[in-house]
Amino acid sequence: MADAITAQGLVKRYKTVTALDGVDLAVPTGSVLGLLGPNGAGKTTIVRILTTLLQPDAGSATVAGVDVLTRPRDVRRRIGLSGQYAAVDEYLTGFENLDMIGRLYHLGAKRSRARARELLASFRLEDAADRPSKTYSGGMRRRLDLAGALVADPPIIFLDEPTTGLDPRGRTEMWEVIQNLVAGGTTLLLTTQYLEEADLLADDIVVIDHGRIIAQGTADQLKMQVGGERLELTVRDPVTLLRARDLLEPLGVGKAALDEGRRTLLMPISGGAQVLTEALRVLDDAQIGIDDVGLRRPTLDDVFLSLTGHASEEQDAGPEESPPPPPAEPTGPGRHAAAAHESSTGGA
Amino acid sequence: MAAPTVFSDSYVVAKRNIIKIKRVPDLLVFTTLSPIMFVLLFAYVFGGAIDVPGGADADAYREFLMAGIFAQTVIFGATITGAGLAEDIKKGIIDRFRSLPMAPSAVLTGRTISDVANNILVLIVMSLTGLLVGWGIHSSVAEAALGFLLLLIFSYSISWIMAWLGMLVPSVEVFNNATFIVIFPLTFVANTFVPLETLPAPLQTFAEWNPVSAVTQASRELFGNIPEGVPTPDAWPLQHSVVYTLIWSAIFIIVFVPLANLQYQRSTSR
Repeated sequence: MADAITAQGLVKRYKTVTALDGVDLAVPTGSVLGLLGPNGAGKTTIVRILTTLLQPDAGSATVAGVDVLTRPRDVRRRIGLSGQYAAVDEYLTGFENLDMIGRLYHLGAKRSRARARELLASFRLEDAADRPSKTYSGGMRRRLDLAGALVADPPIIFLDEPTTGLDPRGRTEMWEVIQNLVAGGTTLLLTTQYLEEADLLADDIVVIDHGRIIAQGTADQLKMQVGGERLELTVRDPVTLLRARDLLEPLGVGKAALDEGRRTLLMPISGGAQVLTEALRVLDDAQIGIDDVGLRRPTLDDVFLSLTGHASEEQDAGPEESPPPPPAEPTGPGRHAAAAHESSTGGA
Repeated sequence: MAAPTVFSDSYVVAKRNIIKIKRVPDLLVFTTLSPIMFVLLFAYVFGGAIDVPGGADADAYREFLMAGIFAQTVIFGATITGAGLAEDIKKGIIDRFRSLPMAPSAVLTGRTISDVANNILVLIVMSLTGLLVGWGIHSSVAEAALGFLLLLIFSYSISWIMAWLGMLVPSVEVFNNATFIVIFPLTFVANTFVPLETLPAPLQTFAEWNPVSAVTQASRELFGNIPEGVPTPDAWPLQHSVVYTLIWSAIFIIVFVPLANLQYQRSTSR
């Protein structure tokens, strides 16, 4: 099928910063592309160019087959945008916000009203429909903003960090909404800082850093590249560390890395909790005392460490806003089990 | 593109801003209470101390005062456009508008038109207050209407300067400070609150050519607030106050409508 979104050689420079340094994209119709990267990587710049808000210094792009640079208004008829900050007018009610957007899409008064009510119902905002959106929670505002992007039922949607700044509950709710949307066949370009989010929602992931694409593929392919799941273990007595390695290595899928100073072992595995249980049993049998043990799954940090050699927190002076706090996700992909310490080693 | 969408889109945007006047208590207070306060303060605090041509009593000053307060207040009313746009940019609302297939100029047109709606409301409130403290219109209905119209045209042209400025500055706070610093002297170094003759020479020349003086002089004449026998100052702008006001309004519109539209096309949230 034809690509809903294409971009060739996008370049955008600000005074001292190159925000985009030659980006190519192709998003097949009906698929979801996750644009993954830290703050300032250039994600928002890409979205702004594709949604006609910003002119690139070089390169070209099409959305729904329409040239973004020469026919911006025709592009705008075919897209919905929900930005990084819920762009709802807080003094208007939920209904008034959506009704206004419908009219500006030129749906007509009657259809705008009907569509507003319909969207409020499907986003569980019915009860709050006639309250100024100032009174909404963060999650409700984001849902209202997303609803705004869907008013004209556009075939292509752009979501710029749809869950940044939301609490875990708001995040989960947003994910459900997006998953339903995608199930309906909408083409979606989504930017995110969270590997977990891209993993859950996107068919394909493009990792971007300093305005360049540094990796591309499905979530599984990327994780494989990063090194997958790892077992992390701290022994009580440093002299037992080597023995522990010899006992555990047969359980892993690669060589274990040792950090003698911290009495720590890090080993790639596959099989998750089962391997963990087995490892504990083996060590128990050998009477090797342990202080700490856990499973570690690759995070965005690991992706960045392995792809670029620098952590994702490393900021540059990009045009994007300051970082929101990282998610405190109880079911997150980071550390499982008892491990609560930091590990700076990238791979085995 | 098609003209009808400019009108309907502007209407939709203007409606949004007018709903806001209703819902934001601060804005409502600012627009209605502060003009009342100004009228009362000037009428009763300064009224007895300032001599105006044609009479030395407080009643004469109130007649003199109202056109000046009208002018100052509608100019401040025009800043709502700039503050509103600065805020909309910050909140990403301009991003949303710009991603819609609406007429691009409609956001600015709708915004500036809502300033006019706001200023009409303000003029009504102030006129009623003025009538209560002893001000009156001593001309024909047509002349008085022309006086109000001139105030609205002038302030509408200022709205476009504010629109441009509001999209240029980094925040609402900067915008408010910047406009305050400019508008305050501009509306005081004029014939708004004191007769021009009382100003020192360099300031007097500035004030004579200040468009704020012209719009004030014109409204005073059109409301019939200048007592019999008081001569119009010699300066050309004041001799031709209506024309001079319209010339400035036209200049502001011709220069700042394109500038503001250009700036709008470049604006994205920061």
